[in-house]
Amino acid sequence: MEMPTVTMQVIPMEHGLLLAAILFIMGMVGVLTRRNLVFILMSLEIMLNATGLAFIVASSHWGQVDGQIMFLMILSLAAAEVAVALGRIAAVSKAQNTGYQCTWRDERLGPDSLF
Amino acid sequence: MSVLFYGSAIIAVLATLLVITRTNIVHALLYFIVSLLAIAVIFYTLGAPFAAALEIIVYAGAIMVMFLFVVMMLNLGQVTQDQEKAWLTPSVWIGPSIMAVPLLVAVIYAINLNQEQMAHTVVGGKEIGVALFGPYVLAVELASMLLLAGLVGAYHLARK
Repeated sequence: MEMPTVTMQVIPMEHGLLLAAILFIMGMVGVLTRRNLVFILMSLEIMLNATGLAFIVASSHWGQVDGQIMFLMILSLAAAEVAVALGRIAAVSKAQNTGYQCTWRDERLGPDSLF
Repeated sequence: MSVLFYGSAIIAVLATLLVITRTNIVHALLYFIVSLLAIAVIFYTLGAPFAAALEIIVYAGAIMVMFLFVVMMLNLGQVTQDQEKAWLTPSVWIGPSIMAVPLLVAVIYAINLNQEQMAHTVVGGKEIGVALFGPYVLAVELASMLLLAGLVGAYHLARK
């Protein structure tokens, strides 16, 4: 498929960065306010994704490929992180029979709930 | 292009807001997938079609399905939802949320200091491949080691 080499200059860089900042802050609020580990993990994903968005915005601003490379690195980091964390959550909650309701430090779960 | 960007941005923000406020985890995951799709559209409008495809394939396709898989495997139904509702009281979330607002304001202020228009150049898959296996080949190797470590770690941690 033929891509146009240069599209119209329409979106200011600030707006892309603003969106990334808003998404990042929302993920941060999620990490701070939720107690369920799966929700915390999802909020971490939101934050990582916002970081990737900022990299893509910068890459698009300077027309360089490096930002997209960094996005790929963040993608593989997120995949590895989710695999390990979900494996841990599954093991803990299965052992304690609490469903996915494990938290940072839950009296019911004992020290095993701490990551 | 402009309409596409701002429309997707609004959808992404609303969907993310719904993600962090849901008590039912499957609903949150579905909203998160919507948010990821919106961000993929944004990547496309920013001239990064390859990243947009990866966002859908890897994030929405692989990572979210992994979440769904684990949640479905462990789901206890209404009990967990009631527990989540009990945990999500305003006294818990209002403090951190209010404290996060000044941070957002600070970032917005910092970004607005430097007003500059951007010309979007489409960076396609070919350039990314050339860069990945040229100057960034060490980073690719390190990423592969990280994924291997993630695989071994997940196997070890999930094994009972």
